[in-house]
Amino acid sequence: MLTIKNLQAKVGDKQILNGIDLKVNAGEVHAIMGPNGSGKSTLASVLSGREDYEVTGGEVEFLGKNLLELAPEDRAREGIFMAFQYPVEIPGVSTINFMKTALNQIREYRGLQALDAVSFLQLMKERMKLVEIDQSLLNRSLNEGFSGGEKKRNEIFQMAMLEPKLAILDETDSGLDIDALRIVANGVNKLKNKNNATIVVTHYQRLLDHIVPDYVHVLYKGKIVKSGGKELALELESKGYDWIKNEVAVA
Amino acid sequence: MIGLKMKWPLPDMTTITKNIKSEIIESYQQHSFDVAEESRSKAITFFEKTGMPGNKHEEYRFTPINKKLEQNFNWNKLNTPSTLSSADPYMIHELDANVVVLVNGAYSKLHSKIISLESELSVCSLKDAFQSKKSVVETYFNKISNSESDAFAALNTALWQDGVFIHVPENTNVEKPVLILHINDANSEQVISHTRLLGVLEKGSQLSVVEKSDSSGTQPVFHNFSEEWVITEKAHLEYCKIQNDSGNNYQITNTVIQQHDHSMLNTFILTLDGQLIRNNLNIIIDGENCESHFYGLYLLNGTSLVDNHTVVDHRKPNSFSNEMYKGIMDGNSKGVFNGKIFVRPHAQKTNAFQSNRNILVSDTSSINTKPQLEIWADDVKCSHGCTSGQLDEEAMFYLRSRGIGEATAKAMLLYAFASEVLAPIQNEKLKTYLDQLIAERLDKNF
Repeated sequence: MLTIKNLQAKVGDKQILNGIDLKVNAGEVHAIMGPNGSGKSTLASVLSGREDYEVTGGEVEFLGKNLLELAPEDRAREGIFMAFQYPVEIPGVSTINFMKTALNQIREYRGLQALDAVSFLQLMKERMKLVEIDQSLLNRSLNEGFSGGEKKRNEIFQMAMLEPKLAILDETDSGLDIDALRIVANGVNKLKNKNNATIVVTHYQRLLDHIVPDYVHVLYKGKIVKSGGKELALELESKGYDWIKNEVAVA
Repeated sequence: MIGLKMKWPLPDMTTITKNIKSEIIESYQQHSFDVAEESRSKAITFFEKTGMPGNKHEEYRFTPINKKLEQNFNWNKLNTPSTLSSADPYMIHELDANVVVLVNGAYSKLHSKIISLESELSVCSLKDAFQSKKSVVETYFNKISNSESDAFAALNTALWQDGVFIHVPENTNVEKPVLILHINDANSEQVISHTRLLGVLEKGSQLSVVEKSDSSGTQPVFHNFSEEWVITEKAHLEYCKIQNDSGNNYQITNTVIQQHDHSMLNTFILTLDGQLIRNNLNIIIDGENCESHFYGLYLLNGTSLVDNHTVVDHRKPNSFSNEMYKGIMDGNSKGVFNGKIFVRPHAQKTNAFQSNRNILVSDTSSINTKPQLEIWADDVKCSHGCTSGQLDEEAMFYLRSRGIGEATAKAMLLYAFASEVLAPIQNEKLKTYLDQLIAERLDKNF
């Protein structure tokens, strides 16, 4: 589904990604871990098309297309979804109106008819249950005055509405208490199937207790320095990141 | 006066100012006005002293009005005839309203239609009211206007041709709003109209007014509109001004509103089009426990220049004022905002808030914004803030990352920014109408 080859990127004058290689197939869950400043969020941002980042080398292929050539909206329309680490508050735009516009523009791109108001509401009600989010929250301005947990639940709600082929969760666990974490993780797990894939970007193991990865990759200094199964996450949790740093230093 | 002018180092500016000034004074001398002669003569004397505000004038620094007026008008002409057969194209059909139509500054009985009972609402030509409503007119006319501080207000007081008189008796809630339509018929030649309004809301009464100006034809229009509103004790005025005239239109509005004890005021000014518009809105809070909300929205493009100068003057204690003006500038348009808040020494426990927020969409548009607070009382709560910037890039990215195209995302954010100012409008039909104007201007298609 997604093939990243030797991806390099910088922000301003600062080189952050130094040659990432990664292959994600349908049905898989990949966790990207690593110490602060290793480039985890940069990778997520580059994949979703954030313009502050300049790709300086390498390639990214998504479902046969050159992802790096696509505008952010076209990436979403092709099936990429990024759950933001810091979801943006947008006063004056309700989540419902926002989702309706997004969903229908994605459908239009794919040659599907726009959903009428009734079908949209039906779909929305169904997906609201997945993340245990209340409609009163969705009637309000997008994320405005939402708690940290509400914002993250709203991200997963949007993901449930748009049904992406590849979901990238950028530090979705940050700022969540244990109950909110469970709700968010449950939502992600329910949306998982053999046709879609998930990349979980996280600093800590605790989210991975709930969203169990097939592969764990450790990012350090803009490169994937170690990959393994879910047990690698547990090892990192107990040993910290220093032994990885030492391994890299020795090599 | 000439001696004073010689001090300016700009000889051509002096000439321009002098030409308009003498033409206007000549025009005053040539026309005969049946009513309000004393105030006219005082006003023209003031104008003779000050002349037109030049570029050095602090209140007109960003609005080069002289040059534009000099280029486009023959100042000797007043009372351009009109062949307007119907006011229908300018009507707001959604509103079930009393309609007052002024054509080239003259009250049109033909096109006006008052549907409220006469016991609830008096509306007539201001000229006529000098006879038929003599005592009210004499009590209030030209008592609060700024015709001895602003040149255009002075010109209006000196030269007004006709206008509207509105009077609401005590404890009357006028259910149907009053829609005032100014139509300037510039099909055959230029129009200069100095229009005047006097509105009085007696104790405990309530009124909603919508005012809209339009022009037809392509000749230049100079529309100088002055209004005085007196909201007496416990009365309530809702006021909405709509400026959406794509003609060759130069407009000055001078609005002075005086509030007495326990009165309530909501104003909203929507500006979408006009070559050059200057709105002076002065609110005099001359009573205790008053509430005053004044909102404005200017969505500009092309080469429009729109200047909102507002003053709220807290003269008595325990009142509340809240001002919010927002603007979006596109193309080569230019916005100007100046908001003054005065809190007089004994106006303790005043709460006064002001904000002016602007978005510049194009690189060639601009905004000059200036808050000015002068507070002499010590126990008050006042705040002000002004911002100007581009669209929030983080928000743009968020919307686009969900599959929303760039143009739609931009329209969504601009619309969300703009529509906030509609919140206080009570009349749902009016709100829908305004919302449509805003949506259309911002290419809202979602």
